[in-house]
Amino acid sequence: MLSYIFKRLLVAIPTLLILIVASAILMHAAPGGPFTGERKLPAEVLANLNAKYGLDEPLWKQVLIYLKGLIFHFDFGVSFKYKDRTVNDILAQGFPVTLVYGFWSFVVATALGVLSGVIAAIKQNSWADYLVLSLAIAGAVLPGFVLAPVLVLVFTLKLGWLPGGGWEDGQWQYLVMPVIALSTAYIASIARIMRSSMLEVLTSNHIRTARAKGLPEWKVITRHALKPAMLPVMSYLGPAFVGMITGSVVVDQYFSTGGIGKSFVDSALNRDYSVMLGITILVGALTIFFNLLVDILYAWIDPKIRY
Amino acid sequence: MTRHLLLATLLSTTIAGAAFAATVDPADTLAENQSFSFWLLDATATLDPQLIESVEDSDVARQLFEGLYTEADNGDLIPAGALDYTVSDDKLTYTFHLRPESKWSNGDPVTAGDYVYAWQRLADPATASSYAWYAELAQIENATAVIAGEKPPTDLGVKAVDDLTLEVKLAQPLPYFVKMTVHSALLPVHKATIDAFGAKWTDPGNLVGNGAYVLSEHKPGEKVVVSRNHNYWNDAATVLETGVFLTINDNSIALTRYDAGELDNVAIPSGMYPQLSADRPDEAFSAPRACTYYYLMNMDAEKGPEALKDPRVRLALSYAVDRNIITDKILQSGQIPAYTLTPAAMAGFTVPEVDYATWTQEERNEKAKALLAEAGYGPDNPLKLTLNYNTDEGHKKIAIAVQQFYKAIGVELTLNNMEWKVHSDIMHERTYELARSAWCGDYNEASTFLDLFTSSSGFNDVAYMSEAYDKLMAESKTMADPQPNYTEAEKLLAADMPIIPIYHYTSSRMLKADIRGYASHNVFGNWYLKDIYRVAE
Repeated sequence: MLSYIFKRLLVAIPTLLILIVASAILMHAAPGGPFTGERKLPAEVLANLNAKYGLDEPLWKQVLIYLKGLIFHFDFGVSFKYKDRTVNDILAQGFPVTLVYGFWSFVVATALGVLSGVIAAIKQNSWADYLVLSLAIAGAVLPGFVLAPVLVLVFTLKLGWLPGGGWEDGQWQYLVMPVIALSTAYIASIARIMRSSMLEVLTSNHIRTARAKGLPEWKVITRHALKPAMLPVMSYLGPAFVGMITGSVVVDQYFSTGGIGKSFVDSALNRDYSVMLGITILVGALTIFFNLLVDILYAWIDPKIRY
Repeated sequence: MTRHLLLATLLSTTIAGAAFAATVDPADTLAENQSFSFWLLDATATLDPQLIESVEDSDVARQLFEGLYTEADNGDLIPAGALDYTVSDDKLTYTFHLRPESKWSNGDPVTAGDYVYAWQRLADPATASSYAWYAELAQIENATAVIAGEKPPTDLGVKAVDDLTLEVKLAQPLPYFVKMTVHSALLPVHKATIDAFGAKWTDPGNLVGNGAYVLSEHKPGEKVVVSRNHNYWNDAATVLETGVFLTINDNSIALTRYDAGELDNVAIPSGMYPQLSADRPDEAFSAPRACTYYYLMNMDAEKGPEALKDPRVRLALSYAVDRNIITDKILQSGQIPAYTLTPAAMAGFTVPEVDYATWTQEERNEKAKALLAEAGYGPDNPLKLTLNYNTDEGHKKIAIAVQQFYKAIGVELTLNNMEWKVHSDIMHERTYELARSAWCGDYNEASTFLDLFTSSSGFNDVAYMSEAYDKLMAESKTMADPQPNYTEAEKLLAADMPIIPIYHYTSSRMLKADIRGYASHNVFGNWYLKDIYRVAE
């Protein structure tokens, strides 16, 4: 097991390197640059900007300099757009924000998704099943950019219960709407996966055996069905967790949370190469790590899997 | 000081009078809560005056720093950091006398050296400011050479004669130079703070400014909070305690939060002005802005389409656009149909009467068809063109309308939307046919628009090369009253038609009824927290 983990971590290094190089090439291939704007800058002004941000070097050299800074100083570079902030500053401010609302969204999505999926499966074809299914479909098709303004309209303007946006270091009032907006689609997906996987498990031999032994149904579900039924959900949850903790452009855009979800999209639109690369690396590294974690959990849940 | 080019007519000008502050109406009772909350569409990118590029950043920086002059609601200059100034006989040397009681927020006096440092910093290649060209535009001596690294920043034409006397040398006379000092790029900065903290000098706690407010909180993407600077020279006349700037990337949500009482001022989302101004006339307002929306027609000798090199085609394309439908039916916020480049809102500028502005749309369409036929286009040989615009609902609606207008005169217009950076790149590369563009003035004088289309202008993305036009604009710089040349220049644009002016912007916003002193009519949106107060209801 340990050697497996070690091997996977070793493979992660070239994976990240390839990600960095490929992203850098793709970014620079996009038309326009960080300093393209309404007014075409005079040549001497543009030359100063390119010199200051090292964009006057050939691309391969820029990537090398970037890697050197990253590896030796853990320095993600400076932002071309947010001129008094480094990428480290941007990540240090934005990542904790998305980490908090992403984590709670994950907890809510997993709890509600698994619970409603299980209920739908054990009460198959009942009103509860239909309710879960229709809510799941509604949740999956309801885009965040529709849900978010509706939440503000209801909770802030009509009811006056919650502030319309902001973060204030993650106080709960500021957390409620982002978590609802972000978790809804995930609850829907998890419920659907959980339901179908649970239905499959419930028809398997070991469940029949358990029932034949005369175990009460709730024990059959919790002790024998839940664990194997979780496997497909697990493989969904790994990437979903990374997706949630690295933020959502919808949440940041509509709730002014200041997270990195919006920064990521903006960096692409602004051609803010270093910010884009910084967040890509963060998302990439987290994805690799949590995929590994899911694989380890798999082995723990399913004794048939051995590495 | 009048709005009409008094500066140019006097060899030596002295402006006296107190700077404005919150002048509370004796009939008003002040509210207990003296805070003001303002909407920002985007996150602040920087609060460093010399690096600022966006409206959001300027909105905040205007409260934290004070330049030589500020602007009143009607565009008049108000002495701020300066008390007055004199101009030399050759109009090349400006001497500003600074306000002796001006202080930085840490108590240091504001000196001429602080301005010298800031302006040198703007041009210094090491700063690499995208707005360095503003120093060139202001004609400050040696600006281009300093930016290009050919001369040291100390050679820039600005020096401190003594602590309270700032002398600026220009490369050529510029009648509106003093107006240009309102811009954020020319705000003074505190050298000792920048030396001590480097790029972190704009963080709350570090930032030292000379404005009426100091930075207390800055969370990019979330909010900026400023509070009273008790070292400000006119603090006694300031009423408002705090200013809050909330970043909300969605205009509709911002309006909802305004309705919920979280904001005191917000822009009205497009299309909602008629309803809001009818429902809440004491809150909704619409005022002209110094911006013009237009389509570029690429006349580049090599990269432009053949058809657009024919002035008759360009005239036809401009005539066929029904501006009134766009302003009255699509935009609906009091925007002004544009037939000239320069908006009437510019101080001291009278919009000349260009002929096609006086025709009816039927007459324009008839004329357009005749011109196209003359140029050899008709049902057998229809003119086909492509219009590029950057992705945006508003631009799309206008583009679709224009497509319909053109159909009426037998022109097939293909619409091509693209991301902003791609669009800009293509415009600057001149590899388009028609392209949507717009310009908002940098200072309150017509040349901020008219200079865009001189042959040497960096903004001349249409490749309009007219010696006559260049001559008119060059001459205007030394004229006591440049209006005759501006009139001729606009008439030349209407005859050559390198661009299709479509409309002049308005700013339509909601402002809470208990707020007083907000400069709602300033065409640049230059408003100051120090002028604002809240009355008890």
